[in-house]
Amino acid sequence: MYKYDQYDQAMVDARVEDFRDQTRRRLEGKMTDDQFKPLRLKNGLYLQLHAYMLRVAIPYGTLNSRQLRKLAHIARTYDRGYGHFTTRQNLQYHWIKLEQAPDILAELAEVEMHCIQTSGESIRNISADHYAGAAADEIMDPRPWAETLRQMTTFMPEFSYLPRKFKIAVIAAKEDRAAMRWHDFGLRIVKNDAGEIGFEVYPGGGMGRTPFIAYKSSDFVPQHQIFSYLQAVLRVWNRNARRDNIHKQRMKILVHELGEEEFTRQVEEEFQHILTLGTDFPQAEYERIAAYFTPPPFETGLPDEIDRSDPDFAVWVDQQVAPHKAPGYAIANISLKPIQGIGGDMTAEQMEVVADLAERYSFDELRVAHTQNLVLPHVRKADLYAIWQALREAGLADANLDLVTDIIACPGLDYCTLANARSIPVAQKIAERFADLDRQKDLGELKIKISGCINACGHHHAGHIGILGVDRKGTENYQLLLGGSGDEETSQAKITGPGFDEAGIVDAVERAVERYREIREPGERFLDTYRRVGMDGFKEAIYG
Amino acid sequence: MADDPSAGGPGGGPGTLEPTPGGERDWLRFRDDPAPDEPAVTLDTFLDQSNAVSVLIEAGDDVRRLAPVLDRVRLVEIDFPKFRDGRGFSSARILREMGYKGEIKAIGDVLVDLIYFMRRCGFDSFAPNVPLDRADVESVLNRYPHVYQHAAADDVPIWQLRHG
Repeated sequence: MYKYDQYDQAMVDARVEDFRDQTRRRLEGKMTDDQFKPLRLKNGLYLQLHAYMLRVAIPYGTLNSRQLRKLAHIARTYDRGYGHFTTRQNLQYHWIKLEQAPDILAELAEVEMHCIQTSGESIRNISADHYAGAAADEIMDPRPWAETLRQMTTFMPEFSYLPRKFKIAVIAAKEDRAAMRWHDFGLRIVKNDAGEIGFEVYPGGGMGRTPFIAYKSSDFVPQHQIFSYLQAVLRVWNRNARRDNIHKQRMKILVHELGEEEFTRQVEEEFQHILTLGTDFPQAEYERIAAYFTPPPFETGLPDEIDRSDPDFAVWVDQQVAPHKAPGYAIANISLKPIQGIGGDMTAEQMEVVADLAERYSFDELRVAHTQNLVLPHVRKADLYAIWQALREAGLADANLDLVTDIIACPGLDYCTLANARSIPVAQKIAERFADLDRQKDLGELKIKISGCINACGHHHAGHIGILGVDRKGTENYQLLLGGSGDEETSQAKITGPGFDEAGIVDAVERAVERYREIREPGERFLDTYRRVGMDGFKEAIYG
Repeated sequence: MADDPSAGGPGGGPGTLEPTPGGERDWLRFRDDPAPDEPAVTLDTFLDQSNAVSVLIEAGDDVRRLAPVLDRVRLVEIDFPKFRDGRGFSSARILREMGYKGEIKAIGDVLVDLIYFMRRCGFDSFAPNVPLDRADVESVLNRYPHVYQHAAADDVPIWQLRHG
């Protein structure tokens, strides 16, 4: 994985001092809270219901053991002994004191980490396929591009105050594991007929209160022009977006208002101009960065068989292990969705266990998935049993990847000032209802995503089953949605009808799921059945 | 803040990090030439008045409309109605891309933490609504040792330092 040189380190160190100075000026009363707010947000520090929340960037979800141990140390020293992995492959701490935030940044800088641009109106942490570098179906590892763009988009002066946040995702496989088209700027790395590398570009996606799926603005931007193209998109948006209503300032709204054709035309015109400025990075810089992502030294001649004689282990293997491109190796997914737990949460002790496993068995590398699970990307099949035993000891051996209890839920009203309703208790009640693993496996792939308000941090628009918490005359109410997806056939979920109370939504989910079981055809996932029969095929079962 | 004159003027143009001595706010002016004293007029008025030399760019204005008359512009004031309105950053950068070498002044809700990024976009003078603390400005301007990308100022990006 990438290693900082003296320049990267100097920039992160300077940011620590910058934020320390900003915090000092705020605490001395030299700035109003209004003035301080965007500054702290650009450094990932939110004020939540009970305390400050600090969001740490995990670029394209890649970590090493030293970094995860540092995250554990911070959880123990400055928080309440745990952290929460997010849908942007980041980690956040929910119980932070403002005056300690600069010290946490200094700790992070020691392990080449930071909180730069993890919130606020900025270019956010760039996400990527969490199987990058391991997946059998990728044309190349997308992370060198994500890292190059990370550097190029750090402290871009022209875009110091964008109209809203801006999210980038990079993938290089047919299968989309990163919900790429739900981003403001989605990139898919492709090869043209001449064998040259370039990007399909998908701008204008996003969830929130007005969801849009990104459209394709270009079939092929040559690889070394991508920074110019990105600047063109940002400039067209920065200059033309509304500034009078924060809810209408995301780029997707401008794309929608101008129309795809006109937005593309303006971007093309600006792109041709920016190309003349010579701001693109050279091939040598891409190669320097790509060298850090050369595949690890995989052993050859390893056995491809897995000893499945322990039935509990076999269950875990069937659900959590994905094929790897190197023979004898596998991708091991670690569930952070225990039935009674809070999805994405992890204790400091668990982080240390996983750090040890990554160091010992996975070339010192692990990944955070946007589904709030962890991944050991490069493990020998022969080591899977030992890994599973260690995970079981640490309470991390749930076998529910992509099943009905592998739920994405935002922090909701338990933590968040924006929320209208609680998300975590709803996720827990659904998980308890479907806790039986045989039932889960019978239902197959089924992605439930829960948001506690219309800002959609829990990705309800992209859920096979989505749940949106709203405030209805002072009580929590939950709308049910069906048919969303973040994969390569991206779709937006639709509302079934009137909402439910907290107990009612769990029953409604179960009725929808049972309806699927009744009418499914062989091999159909929940989403396939929904796409075949439409909302009408479910409505009566849900509302009676 | 006079430590590093090489970080000086916009697009290789006039100016150093040393502000011109003189009036009360002149430490926020990063140019050697005398400040134009003609009041700025709106973009529409400026385009109509062939003898005007100072123009005010408001947040929604298209600065590219100045292209045909750029040679008579001596001062562009770019207004920030609220500090979170970042359109003015693009306006300044586009002016420098058009080859404009005259003064670009940020006016309005200009806060100390914006100044460094404004300098990189080509602003070379500042007239904030609320006075800034000089020591804070100096420390903000000197905070970052490097930049990751090109902008209007002639800073050398890190990738260029890496590859010589």
